Amino acid sequence: MKIEDEKSFDELTDKEYKYGFVTDIESDSLPPGLNEDIVRAISKRKNEPEWLTEFRLKAYRHWLTLEEPKWAKVEFPPVDYQALSYYSAPKQKIDAPKSLDDVDPELLATYEKLGIPLGEQEVLAGVANVAVDAVFDSVSVATTFKKNLEELGIIFGSFSEAVKDHPELVKKYLGTVVPYKDNYYATLNSAVFSDGSFCYIPKGVKCPMELSTYFRINAANTGQFERTLLIADDDAKVSYLEGCTAPQRDENQLHAAVVELVAHENAQIKYSTVQNWYPGDKDGKGGIYNFVTKRGHCRGNNSKISWTQVETGSAITWKYPSCILKGDNSVGEFYSVAVTNNLQQADTGTKMIHIGKNTKSTIISKGISAGKAQNSYRGMVKVVETAENARNFSQCDSMLIGDQCGAHTFPYIDVSNPTAQVEHEATTTKIGEDQIFYCNQRGLDTEEAVTMIVNGFCKEVFRELPMEFAVEAQKLLGISLEGSVG
Amino acid sequence: MALLEIKDLHASVADKPILKGINLTIKPGEVHAIMGPNGSGKSTLSNVLAGNEAYVKTAGQVLFDGQDIDDLAAHERACAGMFLAFQYPVEIAGISNMYFLKAAVNAVRKYQGKDQLDAMDFLDMVEDKKKIVKIRDDLLERAVNSGFSGGEKKRNEIFQMAMLEPKLGILDETDSGLDIDALRIVADGVNALRSPDRGFLVITHYQRLLDYIVPDHVHVLVHGQIVKSGGKELALELEDEGYASWVDEKGA
Ligand SMILES: Nc1ncnc2c1ncn2[C@@H]1O[C@H](COP(=O)(O)OP(=O)(O)OP(=O)(O)O)[C@@H](O)[C@H]1O
Ligand SMILES: [Mg+2]
Repeated sequence: MKIEDEKSFDELTDKEYKYGFVTDIESDSLPPGLNEDIVRAISKRKNEPEWLTEFRLKAYRHWLTLEEPKWAKVEFPPVDYQALSYYSAPKQKIDAPKSLDDVDPELLATYEKLGIPLGEQEVLAGVANVAVDAVFDSVSVATTFKKNLEELGIIFGSFSEAVKDHPELVKKYLGTVVPYKDNYYATLNSAVFSDGSFCYIPKGVKCPMELSTYFRINAANTGQFERTLLIADDDAKVSYLEGCTAPQRDENQLHAAVVELVAHENAQIKYSTVQNWYPGDKDGKGGIYNFVTKRGHCRGNNSKISWTQVETGSAITWKYPSCILKGDNSVGEFYSVAVTNNLQQADTGTKMIHIGKNTKSTIISKGISAGKAQNSYRGMVKVVETAENARNFSQCDSMLIGDQCGAHTFPYIDVSNPTAQVEHEATTTKIGEDQIFYCNQRGLDTEEAVTMIVNGFCKEVFRELPMEFAVEAQKLLGISLEGSVG
Repeated sequence: MALLEIKDLHASVADKPILKGINLTIKPGEVHAIMGPNGSGKSTLSNVLAGNEAYVKTAGQVLFDGQDIDDLAAHERACAGMFLAFQYPVEIAGISNMYFLKAAVNAVRKYQGKDQLDAMDFLDMVEDKKKIVKIRDDLLERAVNSGFSGGEKKRNEIFQMAMLEPKLGILDETDSGLDIDALRIVADGVNALRSPDRGFLVITHYQRLLDYIVPDHVHVLVHGQIVKSGGKELALELEDEGYASWVDEKGA
């Protein structure tokens, strides 16, 4: 790259992390360390029923037998699990806020600063048609539009509330998609998860608004382990958005979430994420370790689960939103943009497990690397014997900006039924100097040129995002969304 | 004031000196043609003028519309009204030609302190300019130059030039790869853009283009130097005699 371009690329990749502020708020935290007492203490603080305490303990005991997975193409110093605190909650005037008026103004100000509308007035005024559950450190601090949703029988709110108010639902579904033994981080999460969102869409209900959870890590040296459980009953339909930011800190912070989705017969779930955890500085100091297990279970026939993710933050991302296509004719989709720059590392992709007949899956992955970043796509398509006429199409494209970064693709295909059709395509492109110069010559500066080219590259994924999030994703990449003129 | 004033320009590519003292002045309204053998430095000249940093200016001065081009980055030169129709237009996947052009037009307008065009105004402008080069609608919808035939790319360059309304149009072998009808259309397009305040630098190997776009001046570039300048009749001479006399002289 030429000097001037390099400068502009740097500017582009060095954009300051504008969500890096810390909220000064008193919090109720457990001391660092992890043992059975801590697990019990978390459960106790949350007044959980016995069965849930047992679930946590079983997970904790199993976790002790596990080792951190090493297969991902990411490198980091060992995490000291005993140095972390496993519970931190902002101290509020009242324990569980009943309405926004009860929420600490500092918290509301934080979300305002982040651009998340928690005031229903602004939402009603047409800013957005989104119900938000805001999770601050370990607990849910506010859920908007609850009443409107309740009228439709939709349950949407914090996980802790759901445990209190709908224990039978939680008990019926918790751990049925991601079992507590699933993997190192999911097992840890099962032991210590603090809060998260819970959502149940009853039979035949099409959720009239986007549901959204906004995660914010604030406290230092705290792991965040939220748990999301989303169930769409027969013929239900929902679109769910997830966003996240964290303050800028020198030390790495661990985030190990679990998301479980269940789609019953004819149900449709669209789950979109814009992940913007603090990525660390350009020398790789600080940043979030994002070790997340997300999985959807297409349990009923003709069900559909669609994952869309735009991953721009985190020092390390380790994440494979997957679909188990059990119902006949069920459909799984995965649309992903993963951007890494400086010293960020991402190992992300999906698993599509075809079990039912005529199941279909689509994978579109766009990896963009800049700086010295490493970006890997890791995907598995598995077609078991029962999956007659399964279809998969995978497209994995990588784009390199500069020549010090890397892009890697690890597709695994495992087919046990001869009627399956599995297609995999992969490309790697470099943003060329000649392309940049061409854009320059038409009046676009290098930054505009790069964002335009990157944007064009990600188009197929961006158009899967709900409008509200597309705007955020666009801001995030610092690019203007490509659209047709007119 | 001259539109473009090139004084004793020297330039290198990959540390290899290519341009060895070019002097050339283009006044508003004039069309200058540059002809010369392969590798003589014609594209190098257009790249140096447009600010491609792979091409390093080592000596001399270039004033564009009174401004020293050293003070302007490539995109600023474009915004200030310099347009290069590339010899090899670049493909950009995933970005529609229309979207690209709208961004370009608005970037230029912003630089020039003009209002941004909204979608409607932009479409009106497209309809208007489409007549000039007769570009097919499907080429406007497709990604920039992606899978365009050689001739379609060239036509697209001239369409972009029409949209951007530059002060100076540099056409680097825009005629190469065009069939006879397309050549006519492209030349008509350029002629339609000719105006008293707009200048052109037309690089070509073929006298035929100059039958359509009649130049005020013709220059012969050999080994990085202008070895002869004259009127439009010089092109006819070259057509007959080739560059042998200069090339032999230099011992190449
Ligand atoms: N990027 C580059 N690296 C090395 N040499 C280059 C580069 N670009 C141009 N050159 C060399 O500079 C010289 C002039 O090239 P230039 O493209 O300006 O010629 P031209 O007059 O436009 O030729 P043509 O009529 O074939 O288009 C050639 O010898 C060419 O090989
Ligand atoms: Mg050339």
